[in-house]
Amino acid sequence: MTTWIALFWIVLLFASTNASMQSFKAESGRQFYFYYSLCSPQSIILAKLIFNGSLLLLIALVNWLLFTVLLGNPIENSGIFFLVLLFGSLGFSGVLTLVSGIASKTNNNSTLTAILAFPIMLPMLLTAVKASMLSGLGFGWDECGTYIALMALINVVIIALAYVLFPYLWRS
Amino acid sequence: MRYWWKALAVLLLIYTLIGGFLIEVPKQVILYESIRNLYFHVPMWFTMIFLFLLSMINSIKNLSSGSIEDDRKAIEFVNVGIIFGILGTLTGSIWAKFTWGAWWTNDVKLNGSAITMLIYLAYVILRGSLEDEQKRARISAVYNIFAFVLLVVFIGILPRMTDSLHPGNGGNPGFNNYDLDNNMKLVFYPAVLGWILLGYWISTIRMRISRLKENTNS
Repeated sequence: MTTWIALFWIVLLFASTNASMQSFKAESGRQFYFYYSLCSPQSIILAKLIFNGSLLLLIALVNWLLFTVLLGNPIENSGIFFLVLLFGSLGFSGVLTLVSGIASKTNNNSTLTAILAFPIMLPMLLTAVKASMLSGLGFGWDECGTYIALMALINVVIIALAYVLFPYLWRS
Repeated sequence: MRYWWKALAVLLLIYTLIGGFLIEVPKQVILYESIRNLYFHVPMWFTMIFLFLLSMINSIKNLSSGSIEDDRKAIEFVNVGIIFGILGTLTGSIWAKFTWGAWWTNDVKLNGSAITMLIYLAYVILRGSLEDEQKRARISAVYNIFAFVLLVVFIGILPRMTDSLHPGNGGNPGFNNYDLDNNMKLVFYPAVLGWILLGYWISTIRMRISRLKENTNS
């Protein structure tokens, strides 16, 4: 099961990095100015967070389904594991959205996204792996609760920071 | 007497060196005399976090004012902070070799310090890839604030939830309970203040160098 979880999160990490990298690539140039005149930066970042969050959650669920079909499903407590996936993909999307916004201002977009985002995502990844290990062994709320709460807290912090900081990025 | 704190830094560090090596320390199994490393290893991390905090404050200032001077402060605090981080890792690594038996372990605090170094090296790389001065200041400020706040959340909470080889975590007896007796506190607190002042001093010198370089170029 350890291998299953390790593989699962490695696949998810790289899939989400690649998926979120696109979020600012499409609109370099004129489209950017169009959005700029149309709406506030806060609504843009919220829209991007919602879109990327649901996209990553979808990727995570498809990933789980494929792993179940190909390798079997060793997860004992699916409810907790789903919560871990939910908060994990939301947090990843928050970090990756803001960081790809930062990286889109430079020339080497995709390399820089990975360099900037991985160290910030690592602690959350460690927490998620630990919580999925516990949920895989069938532990319930009593054991996983603190990890889930920590991930929820991190999500709140990430979203709040992205909301506050994005307008400064937008202006340049 | 504007620079009294520089004199204070020198005095405190001289006291740390002399007192740190000569004043009686409690005899602990495994640790023995290596416990004196406490005066050097721990203040390195305190100084690093302090400098990174100052850097983030200057980044916030830069976002509200748009001044290049704040940006210069932010990057120089980070540069010096990284050096203190490397020193903290080195002193910790030597200490770990003699007490835990390995240069590096998978301890949660060691991972945390590695992640911190990666984040701030990424910050330096980000600055390197931006040409325009104003743009570089603003964008790197955004990353600096984002990274620092998340970092503090992580290293404030994660080590308290997991077992660690370090004292004071996961049921390990902390230095504060009985190891750190009054003799050690007498050296430890001045040492922390002395190293922090030294870190701040080095940063201000680096800022002056960078300012002078810019003036000679233009």
